[in-house]
Amino acid sequence: MASTGIQARMINEERQQRWRRFGIYAALTIVTIILVFPILWMISVSLKPTTETFSLPPRLLPEEFHWGGYAKVLSDPKFRTFLINSYIVGLAVTFLSLVIGTLAAFGFSRYRFFGDRVAKLFVITTQMVPTITLLIPYFGVIVFLGLYDTLWGLILTYLTFALPYSIVMMNGYLDTIPKDFDEAATIDGCSPLGVLVRVLLPVAVPGIISTAVYTFLLAWNEFLFALALTRSMEMRTVPVGISMMVGEFGLKWDEMMAFSVIGSLPVLVLFMLVQRFVVGGLSAGGVKG
Amino acid sequence: MTSMFRHMTTRGTPYLFLLPGLVILGALLSVPLYKVVEYSLYDNVIVEREPTFVGLDNYANLLSDSGFWSAGLNTIVFTVGSVLGHMVVGIGLALLVNADIAPRARTFFRSMLILPWIFTAVVVALNWQLLLNPFGLVNYVLQWLGLVSEPLDWLGNPDLAMWSLLLISTWRGYPFIMVSFLSGLQTVPKELYEAAEIDGAGFWHKFWHVTLPQLKPVIFGVALLDLIWTFQLFPLVWLSTGGGPGRATEVLSTLTFRLGFVDFQFAQAATVAVSILIISAAFTLLYLRNEARRL
Repeated sequence: MASTGIQARMINEERQQRWRRFGIYAALTIVTIILVFPILWMISVSLKPTTETFSLPPRLLPEEFHWGGYAKVLSDPKFRTFLINSYIVGLAVTFLSLVIGTLAAFGFSRYRFFGDRVAKLFVITTQMVPTITLLIPYFGVIVFLGLYDTLWGLILTYLTFALPYSIVMMNGYLDTIPKDFDEAATIDGCSPLGVLVRVLLPVAVPGIISTAVYTFLLAWNEFLFALALTRSMEMRTVPVGISMMVGEFGLKWDEMMAFSVIGSLPVLVLFMLVQRFVVGGLSAGGVKG
Repeated sequence: MTSMFRHMTTRGTPYLFLLPGLVILGALLSVPLYKVVEYSLYDNVIVEREPTFVGLDNYANLLSDSGFWSAGLNTIVFTVGSVLGHMVVGIGLALLVNADIAPRARTFFRSMLILPWIFTAVVVALNWQLLLNPFGLVNYVLQWLGLVSEPLDWLGNPDLAMWSLLLISTWRGYPFIMVSFLSGLQTVPKELYEAAEIDGAGFWHKFWHVTLPQLKPVIFGVALLDLIWTFQLFPLVWLSTGGGPGRATEVLSTLTFRLGFVDFQFAQAATVAVSILIISAAFTLLYLRNEARRL
């Protein structure tokens, strides 16, 4: 008797748990559909002729796929320039901040020295300085240096947010690698730089990838400096290019959304490929959004 | 001699590694911070070769300017509203994603829910302009549900624009909180939950008495970071509403940009920029006090 009672209760509990799990899946599915919907709608609108952008009742899947927006955007050399500029700036900023940032991170992670806490707090503080406050003097300085309307101006100013981020992220990552690794190599006669390059970096590949991807994403998405420190069509990046389409084309939603999709694709693909590494690393660094 | 030399290079080694990074960061920050304060004490900077020194006049003018105060008020509303929105949605979703479901499903939902964060602000703004358009989907759904009788101009109506902006900002910013809270959740010892369960604690009880107290430092740090960054946020506001309609959503960052790059009054722009700097410096000190304990 007692055992059937226990059994009944266990079955009951199991049933309850199954319902609870079903509820969680249902809630997650509904919430995710709602939150991802704006992105799906962007793709949908990019595949409809402008006459159908606001047609009722709305349809997520267009009756007939309209590739005109993509054709127009891909055939226009202007948009190719925006993409190339964004790649140049993104790759240069990522490379520079990764190399310089990893060196600094190695110093922070492997040595105790006079002023180390102050230096670390300084790096963290630089992430807090308002970008808009820096913009006005940067404009003056960049014009003065003759870097106005050049990609060099963007690469230099992007280091203000990319470099501290790389340092903090790589420092966090190097801290997770046991010090025994370097000690063994040092005894074998390795120089400090040799330890970093030959011993630590191969182990830190996931950290390097996630730092690189997120730095690239920050640079690719940056808007304020790109808007204010360049002027000519030849120097515009993807975000500024998209924002200028609004004024220029009026309401050609198919073309604007097609270029939005194309302009988001590189970071989207990168992020999805490495999101396993990236998501873990994001909160370790504290990331400017 | 050699041993002394070796000793010195060992002592100097960390500085050599830090040198390039700290020199670049130092130059990229000290020069502009000095310059922006200097600009704010002059008139006609950048546009004139010989600007006139005016002392604190720009600050006095700013304090008597109603546009500055209304932008300040809007900034407070936008920042507090955004951070609250990010926290509520982000923590709620983190709890849902962290629930007892299959690991592959968890990974899938997590990566889908992060998506709003990886698009550039222009794309986010365009998406929402499309959805919040008087003929757009939001109005269609609200009318279908019978919640509004006629379409509303969400971004064009001065009474609604700030609410719409907060909706956009919440959508854009919750993933950062979600991800941070999610990784914080992994650090809470499982025994605490087990002990609470033995005492018959339900979901809410565990959340209030185990999760929140355990993650208080994480929540505090992340909320402060979010506050500091939202306070000076420019692209999303500028691209969604342009500070309008009228000045209904003008915040301090868009005011700075407008003064500088639309009106070419760089000295006045620098004055607003310095006020932004002072306020965010206060919050940064608070954040650093919290961080310094962990270093």
